[in-house]
Amino acid sequence: MTDLTKLTIAQAKKGLKNKDFSAVELVDAYAAKMNEGRKYNAYVCETVEQARELAKRSQAKIDAGEGGNLEGIPLGIKDLFCTKGIATTACSEFLKGFVPPYESTVSAKLLAAGASFLGKLNLDEFAMGGSNETSAFGPVINPWSKDVPLVAGGSSGGSAAAVAAGMCAAATGTDTGGSIRQPSSYCGVTGIKPTYGRCSRYGIIAFASSLDQAGPIAKDVRDCAIMLNSMAGYDAKDSTSVKIDVPDFEKFLGEDIKGMKIGIPKEYMVDGMDSELSAYWNKAAEMLKSRGAELVEISLPHTKYALAAYYIIAPAEASANLARYDGLRYGNRVEGDTLDEMYINSRTAGFGKEVKRRIMVGTYVLSAGYYDAYYVKAQKVRRLIRNDFMNAFEKCDVILTPTAPVVAFPIGDKSMQENPITMWLNDIFTVSVSLAGLPAMSLPIGLNNGGLPLGMQIIGKAFDEASVFKTAFALEKDANFKGMR
Amino acid sequence: MSGMILKGETCDWEIVCGLEIHCQIISQSKIFSGASTHYGSDINENVSFVDAGMPGMLPVLNEECVRQAIKTGLGLNAKINKHSVFSRKNYFYADLPQGYQITQFEYPLVGEGCVQIDLEDGSKKGIGIERIHIEQDTGKSIHDISPTKTFLDFNRAGVGLMEIVTKPDFRSPEEAGAFLRKLRTIVRYLGTCDGNMDEGSMRCDASVSIRPVGSDELRPRAEIKNVNSVKFVMQAIEFEAKRQMKIYESGGEVEQQTRLFDQLSGETRFMRSKEFAHDYRYFPEPDLLPLDLEDGFIEAIKAEMVELPDAKQERFVKDMGLTPYDASVLTEDRETAEWFEKAAKGHDAKKVANWMMGDFFAMLNEKKIALQDSPISPENLGKLVELVTSNVINGKTAKDVFAIMVETGDNPEKIVEEKGLKQVTDTGAIEKIIDDVIASNPANVEAYKAGKTALMGWFVGQVMKASQGKANPGVVNKILQQKLV
Repeated sequence: MTDLTKLTIAQAKKGLKNKDFSAVELVDAYAAKMNEGRKYNAYVCETVEQARELAKRSQAKIDAGEGGNLEGIPLGIKDLFCTKGIATTACSEFLKGFVPPYESTVSAKLLAAGASFLGKLNLDEFAMGGSNETSAFGPVINPWSKDVPLVAGGSSGGSAAAVAAGMCAAATGTDTGGSIRQPSSYCGVTGIKPTYGRCSRYGIIAFASSLDQAGPIAKDVRDCAIMLNSMAGYDAKDSTSVKIDVPDFEKFLGEDIKGMKIGIPKEYMVDGMDSELSAYWNKAAEMLKSRGAELVEISLPHTKYALAAYYIIAPAEASANLARYDGLRYGNRVEGDTLDEMYINSRTAGFGKEVKRRIMVGTYVLSAGYYDAYYVKAQKVRRLIRNDFMNAFEKCDVILTPTAPVVAFPIGDKSMQENPITMWLNDIFTVSVSLAGLPAMSLPIGLNNGGLPLGMQIIGKAFDEASVFKTAFALEKDANFKGMR
Repeated sequence: MSGMILKGETCDWEIVCGLEIHCQIISQSKIFSGASTHYGSDINENVSFVDAGMPGMLPVLNEECVRQAIKTGLGLNAKINKHSVFSRKNYFYADLPQGYQITQFEYPLVGEGCVQIDLEDGSKKGIGIERIHIEQDTGKSIHDISPTKTFLDFNRAGVGLMEIVTKPDFRSPEEAGAFLRKLRTIVRYLGTCDGNMDEGSMRCDASVSIRPVGSDELRPRAEIKNVNSVKFVMQAIEFEAKRQMKIYESGGEVEQQTRLFDQLSGETRFMRSKEFAHDYRYFPEPDLLPLDLEDGFIEAIKAEMVELPDAKQERFVKDMGLTPYDASVLTEDRETAEWFEKAAKGHDAKKVANWMMGDFFAMLNEKKIALQDSPISPENLGKLVELVTSNVINGKTAKDVFAIMVETGDNPEKIVEEKGLKQVTDTGAIEKIIDDVIASNPANVEAYKAGKTALMGWFVGQVMKASQGKANPGVVNKILQQKLV
């Protein structure tokens, strides 16, 4: 029998429909992979039994010729999505043991489409990090690691690793400054951050509200489309979700890209860029060109300020978003003689170093006397970056860039640990897109000399995921990336 | 001149005071959640996941609260800002579940306005409104259940508030008191706040400073927190002004600080100085979009505005012939004014007003019942007045009929009919009674004719008595005068 975990969602749906295997068998196959892959530390909570129960129900529906878009498909859920009755921790010591009595809108939509959940996936604490090393459950190990354990990227490291290692059919992720795209790139899988406002944030533990956006990480472009079809949509419970039609993203796959204009931003050709990476970037551009697309040089002049603006705005919002974790109503409480002491003790014990760093930065930039110089300035920069993209999109339909400047690096890398800025630099190609609220996908383009995957990013206009999907689908075909083993 | 002058040794001082009033908005559900606003529910009965600051929960603006605040703004003759923005006000306290309060800061919903206050000497004064913004209320800390623990009730957390900020236009405690009473009347008319200071649905902070008379400087002020009755606000302002004068007179300087009013002593006491003022780190609330209103939305609210006390008073004087005093008493609250208008409809309004403010209010007072529980309906009071003005009964009979109405709630026409109380205006019948009285009192007739005209009253009394009060006193007078010549 074929390894069911190798099947894409599209293939698995067909197999289920044809009765080649049952939904329970599919869950069992993934459960076996979860056992094998436990060394990757991708799951922080496993719910295989519940998945099996749901699979039985799905099978009955499939037998009756019914069922939703994801009927019988076993997924992994980033542990930032609140799941009713299932522990949800944001991989923080603070929330260990917290079981939400409510379901996030996105995970509720996936359940309604017939999916089951194999468990909750590891991430950087409160999604703050780019390597999954800030998780209270320890780092995720990249399944592509050889001699030295490598990071899976972050913050959705567990999601990317689980998909790469066949431990779920697809996973949910969230992206604030690159948290879907960068780990997808590191793990050789495909992930899309849709336009800000496309998916509801209701029930997703907030990091930076004006940037956070849910999206899928999957085995290929088609699976991303299938997943996003079920995840997206206006939700009255999230005032920033947008009332706009959700097209069937799958139907754009295979559309001709002839005549499309592909923007190549000159500012992204940074000095000292890895030569293999820039070679792949050129190669990807050529692939699209040979399909009749036109390459256009574009300029995003404010790119150099993006990281600085991002690392002011995101921590500022985070410092307020995390204020609710005070030990009073749920989560970690460490007693003290006074209320203030209890706050201090609870938060000191409950939050890790990176989270504390960002709370401190965020608190500082919002303080009286600094607000204008930092926060207000950063918001102005954000507007300029958005305008950069608007201008660029006058000349092109999508933009092609690498996803990250480097490949997966060893866990515990000294240069990253000693200087958090080095770690933050990994977001250089992804944060501008987040600040502008645009959709962007990362897909694997090939392996470097060390045998590690590299990713390309395709950026689209706001709510034009369609163009991103069709471009990515074409590139995916030509890149012919094989995945693991 | 209603300003209060404090006579000092060095000079005369005047008060400069502004108020900030928090008004709980009347609405079915809270401002950012669907939980009920019902007062008096069981502890923590009306708390949604949003109100409790659970992870991943998002605020959704309640349109009704916006409508109510706009209505209030219109009632205070203020400018409605079509563009306003929500902000987070960050501070830690046990009764603030999110760790920040969602409020409005730079861009409030309502801008400048003006309210006329009526002062005791009959003069009027305009008080400037600086702004009104909307925000969420906090929960309540309960300290008196246990000596070592504080309990929290989040029923109030998230209830909508309007914060009304005045300009520093008050020059005396009396003016501040008159303003608070006027504001209370207006919000009650509008049905936007119930105005109960003792239940905390209207709470007041006062900013007080003083300056030498004739100067226009603004000196450091003391902000007095949470004073919960009109009387206490007046007391607090007076105490604070005198305290500051003592400091200046003895050569000291007043420091900007926050003070608390002590109800028992009637004094204000130190709470915190400027250096320890909170840095609230306001920034725009990323979970909510800016509030952009369409003209139609505001116009629709304007169209449903009720007539406010000032307009009503003017109409009562101009169109209904009431004195300014009557009009001000009868418009003090909306129920009274509406009751009066119902009673006066089609009848002599001035006479109805006299009855209402005389016997009718006296009866309510004596029976200690509220207007809405009155045994007499407004229509029946109107009918009673009509019976008098159309000479069906006389004033004395009317008082008897009124007494019966209080007991039975009956229609006065029916009472008069059944008890045969109709006034006798038949001159023949009255003449006969008068003849009898004259015939049986020859001595008094002689005395009258000899010049003791004061006896006329006695004759009238005799005739009325003989007619069992039913004779028309005007007719009796006229005939008596003819016969006694």
